[in-house]
Amino acid sequence: MSMQINVLEYFEKNTLLRSPRKTAIIDGEKSYTHKEVEVLAKRIASVIARKGIGTRRPVAVFLPKGAGVVVADLGIAYSGNIYVNLDIKSPAQRMKRLLDNIGPDLVITAGEFEGSLAGLGLAADRLILIESAAAEDVAYDNGEILSRLEGLLDTDPLCIINTSGSTGLQKSVVLNHRSFIDFTDWAVDRLRIGEDEVIGSLSPVFFDIYSFELCLMLARGSTIVFIPDKLAGFPARIVEFLTRQGINFIFWVPTVMVNIANLDILGKVEPPPLRKVIFAGEVFPTKHLNYWRRRLPGATFVNLYGPIEITLDCTYYVLEREFSDDEPVPIGFPCRNTDILILNDEDRPAGTGEPGELCVRGTGLAMGYWNDPVNTAKAFVRNPLNPHYPETIYRTGDLVYRNERSEIMFIGRKDFQIKHLGYRIELGEVEHAVLSAIEAIDNACVLYHKEKKEIVLVYEAKKEIPLADLRQRLLQLLPKYMIPTAFHRLAEMPRNPNGKIDRNLLNSRLQEGRPWT
Amino acid sequence: MENKILDLLKGIRPEFDFQASSDFVEDGMLDSFDIVTLVDELDRHYGISIDGIDIVPENFASVGAIRAVLLKNGARE
Repeated sequence: MSMQINVLEYFEKNTLLRSPRKTAIIDGEKSYTHKEVEVLAKRIASVIARKGIGTRRPVAVFLPKGAGVVVADLGIAYSGNIYVNLDIKSPAQRMKRLLDNIGPDLVITAGEFEGSLAGLGLAADRLILIESAAAEDVAYDNGEILSRLEGLLDTDPLCIINTSGSTGLQKSVVLNHRSFIDFTDWAVDRLRIGEDEVIGSLSPVFFDIYSFELCLMLARGSTIVFIPDKLAGFPARIVEFLTRQGINFIFWVPTVMVNIANLDILGKVEPPPLRKVIFAGEVFPTKHLNYWRRRLPGATFVNLYGPIEITLDCTYYVLEREFSDDEPVPIGFPCRNTDILILNDEDRPAGTGEPGELCVRGTGLAMGYWNDPVNTAKAFVRNPLNPHYPETIYRTGDLVYRNERSEIMFIGRKDFQIKHLGYRIELGEVEHAVLSAIEAIDNACVLYHKEKKEIVLVYEAKKEIPLADLRQRLLQLLPKYMIPTAFHRLAEMPRNPNGKIDRNLLNSRLQEGRPWT
Repeated sequence: MENKILDLLKGIRPEFDFQASSDFVEDGMLDSFDIVTLVDELDRHYGISIDGIDIVPENFASVGAIRAVLLKNGARE
């Protein structure tokens, strides 16, 4: 058996042969079979090829979540290039800086967005409109398309996923085929993913969860059902949708699930036919998890953990035993072909119960950050435990420890990165935006209220700035989920002896609910 | 009650003119984060707990609709 090199081999050698007529995607009123997805993707690939770009080049996708993104991404992959799904709600300035750094050869979009992309400095000849690229009159030669993949390696990138960066510029994580194949094969095996999974997709297309759902569609012929965005605020409607669509598999961030538990939706409407409930991205409070487990006793619950830089996730914990409401759920054990090192302050392996930084070793590691050697060198470093040859590990910045059962337990962050509504946010990026957007603010400190789950801006200014002004200015620079929702003005920031803003003092006042001054 | 509701809405999305809209949800003025925040603030202000099955788009389309759902869930004017 020859080794798999490209994720598309899942599709070509398995799903398209076994179940070409099975539904691959349901997007609103429309649905597409695997065969239809293949044809649309290959038409797009042929249009990309005719633009004269080679392979291993970034091609961005500026489309709302849905079937269009799937066929665009696969079209890019079939052309031997790297897909970069953009957040179409991102403010123009932030988007422009991202595009300037990535420099995509082409952008796949739709006619309705042509104007806004032109405003970002993208010339018309770099745009591909999906409605014409996927149209019926686009002919393609299958052999020619597949021959584009011949020179590619498993270490060549499949996609670039962007995440918040503390200096104000986003980091663009380059992920290769091998790491997706590794994770998908592990998941199929360990989580027993069959051939009749109906996936309720809630993840934004610019998250890695979406790319994993795409891999399951390719590898197992799963059906992806896109959950309409406008249902997101209405948990009862989401649960009804799951039941109506026969969704049996979800991989969500806990935010929505916590909301469903708080409102006791599963006790009030018919419980959905879920068999697998996978969650990742932030801590799922055990009390709410217990609610889900009680309401869906037949489902398997799995906690996954991992930053984008190691491709999806690197540890897992399948819930089997009972947990009391105040007992934290472990992030568990390393996934196959992944090694977890817990390094203490001296860069030595931490003992049982001793906190240390979680570091990852294995082929799941990203290739680095696109056009960003400085940050790449900081996070992807040489394994301090291996002096013999250059072996790279990824330092997550997450603090963890191993308990007596050898389970890994999550503690928190070493720095100012937070998880909010499932998004990974560097508080430094918010501070950066505040200081550049609002001249009247002399100093800023952005904090996170853990209990209230609130981003808080403490700022120094001569006088109070109206709330509406603050928010409106920040919306020009930051996506909505990054905008602070609580604001406090101080005449003067507290300083520590070396003159820096006393973050710790401000933070303890916030968390303990003490007055600011 | 209408004025209080409008105040809370403005606090959450100061950039919008809620009086000019006939359907806050359809017009994209309230997204999923806003609904969660709004329900939380309404619960707190009126000392009630809005039933989860009442959190549906049609109950948040207008100030009048929000008022009706508050009254149904035991809020007093």
